[in-house]
Amino acid sequence: MSNSTASSSETTVEAERPRHAGDRDPAPGRPRRRRGVAGLALRYLLLCVGFVFLAGPFLWQLSTSLKGPTENIFDYPPQLIPAHPTLQNFAEVADTIPVWQFAGNSLMVAVAAATTNCLFGSMAGYALARMKFRGRTAAYWLFLSTMVIPFEVIMVSVFLTARSLGLVDTLAGVILPTAVTGLSILLMRNAFLALPRELEEAAILDGTSEWQRFWRVAMPSVRGTLSVVAIFSFMFAWDDFLWPLIVLKNPDNYTLTVGIQYLSGTFTSNQRVIAAGTMIALIPLLALFFSLQKYFFRGVGEGAVKG
Amino acid sequence: MTGRRWYTPWLFLAPALLIAATFSIGPFANTAVLAFTNAKALGGGHFTGLANFIRMGQDDTFWLAMGNTALYVVVCVPLLVTLPLLLALLVQRQVPGIGFFRAVFYSPVVASMVVVGLVWTWLLQSDGLVNWVLQSLQVISGPLPFLTDAQLLLFSAMFVTVWKGLGYYMVVYLAALANVPAELHEAAALDGAGEVRRFWSITVPTIRSTMLLVGILSVIASAKVFAEIYVMSNGSGGPGGQSQSLVFRIRDVGLGLAGETGYASAMSLVLFICTVGFSIIFFRMSRER
Repeated sequence: MSNSTASSSETTVEAERPRHAGDRDPAPGRPRRRRGVAGLALRYLLLCVGFVFLAGPFLWQLSTSLKGPTENIFDYPPQLIPAHPTLQNFAEVADTIPVWQFAGNSLMVAVAAATTNCLFGSMAGYALARMKFRGRTAAYWLFLSTMVIPFEVIMVSVFLTARSLGLVDTLAGVILPTAVTGLSILLMRNAFLALPRELEEAAILDGTSEWQRFWRVAMPSVRGTLSVVAIFSFMFAWDDFLWPLIVLKNPDNYTLTVGIQYLSGTFTSNQRVIAAGTMIALIPLLALFFSLQKYFFRGVGEGAVKG
Repeated sequence: MTGRRWYTPWLFLAPALLIAATFSIGPFANTAVLAFTNAKALGGGHFTGLANFIRMGQDDTFWLAMGNTALYVVVCVPLLVTLPLLLALLVQRQVPGIGFFRAVFYSPVVASMVVVGLVWTWLLQSDGLVNWVLQSLQVISGPLPFLTDAQLLLFSAMFVTVWKGLGYYMVVYLAALANVPAELHEAAALDGAGEVRRFWSITVPTIRSTMLLVGILSVIASAKVFAEIYVMSNGSGGPGGQSQSLVFRIRDVGLGLAGETGYASAMSLVLFICTVGFSIIFFRMSRER
């Protein structure tokens, strides 16, 4: 998995599975089969332990958010299933902070980040992959170097830049620093590198412009990688906390993550309401994730293993 | 290559170059310059040489933050290299329903650190679920102050970091495990090697470079810790700020009206040298392989 072509990157972990080391039964024969069944039972037992450990905390928070005011949430033993489930806590979040406005801000920021990363990332990736020009290697290394600079290192200076551009306390100020990331550019470049030359040559014979070849020929062929870039930039923007916390001042402009922290820090010690707030930030994203999960696993494989 | 003007590629690159220059390369250069000045948030500042770095040496809060961050790295990295591998071994085999388990194990990765921090705050507070479970199992007699003791808060935050990272590195390992040749395992099994033996002598050597990669990624991630400590301490950095991390300190010093951007930039540079130092060590090690 160390070379960087999109054809191999379009293969999922699943696809490479059949020849996998752990996939075989130990061997045929009755005693071993019995051991295989016991092994399988043990495997499922451990999977369930993992489920409780990794999903349990979210379920417990969800349960808290649904518990009515007459229920004691500190009851011992703790009750996972609410006795009197209610959506009242969600209404109460909205009474305490403008949570739907925060959600709207988050949505705007995340959609904008996904759009700009796809558009600018693929434009830059296309130039790096399909065009020959003086300075190409330098541009490639420049984008690569942005990936080595952690945001935390430059946040003070980025804030000064945002301030001098008048971007403090605006959603544009939240979006612009991550409007196109080195990772998006490199993923798109790898996808474009893998396209066959003939596709382009046929289009050149038809007398198309470079932009038309990019937009009508190359872009439709890299939809898989585009969706990975879109999903990951959406998710990072929706989840980001540090930069919105720095750049946003007026609570009306808060994104959900900053707003939920603000809710729990300043406004209420009512755990039901805080839990409802966290669910408003969590559920849309989990829904997105579970419907598009195969892209997530592909994206991690490309982003990390390909290094 | 017909009909293209010399500037066409640059038009394609322009938006990305503009953003990278404005929000990454430029601020990085600015950080490197500011680190040697006494600049303040409201302007001014002139060259002061190594004064910021000398001040850092005598700044107890800096050393506290540095020590907490180093402890964070030392505790989290070994856990993040080993535990996700065990998780990957657990989910690698195609059994019915495995896709569901993989997705669930990955879900903390998808969630925001703020959400995860608040979820665990609710679990770890003195009358929370974790204390109840530990007390009813009679492991402890009274509730542990997971969130109100400076050291325990730091360890609770580490736990949350590891918990959230498990799924991410699990998928990284899954991709690597898929490349372990099954033939080697079969041959070794015929020679009578058990599962544990085969794990150590076939699987581990094959995925060594991935383990190294996970190691360096988790070093970089742990060195930048901020949100989990911020959220779990309700923005305070622990009692008396005793649990704060280096990024926490940089933000405190450098931002706001009284911000000392020069001094904060110097600390940022130290953070950068630490993380890049580890990256370089990694690239060296993986090339020598």
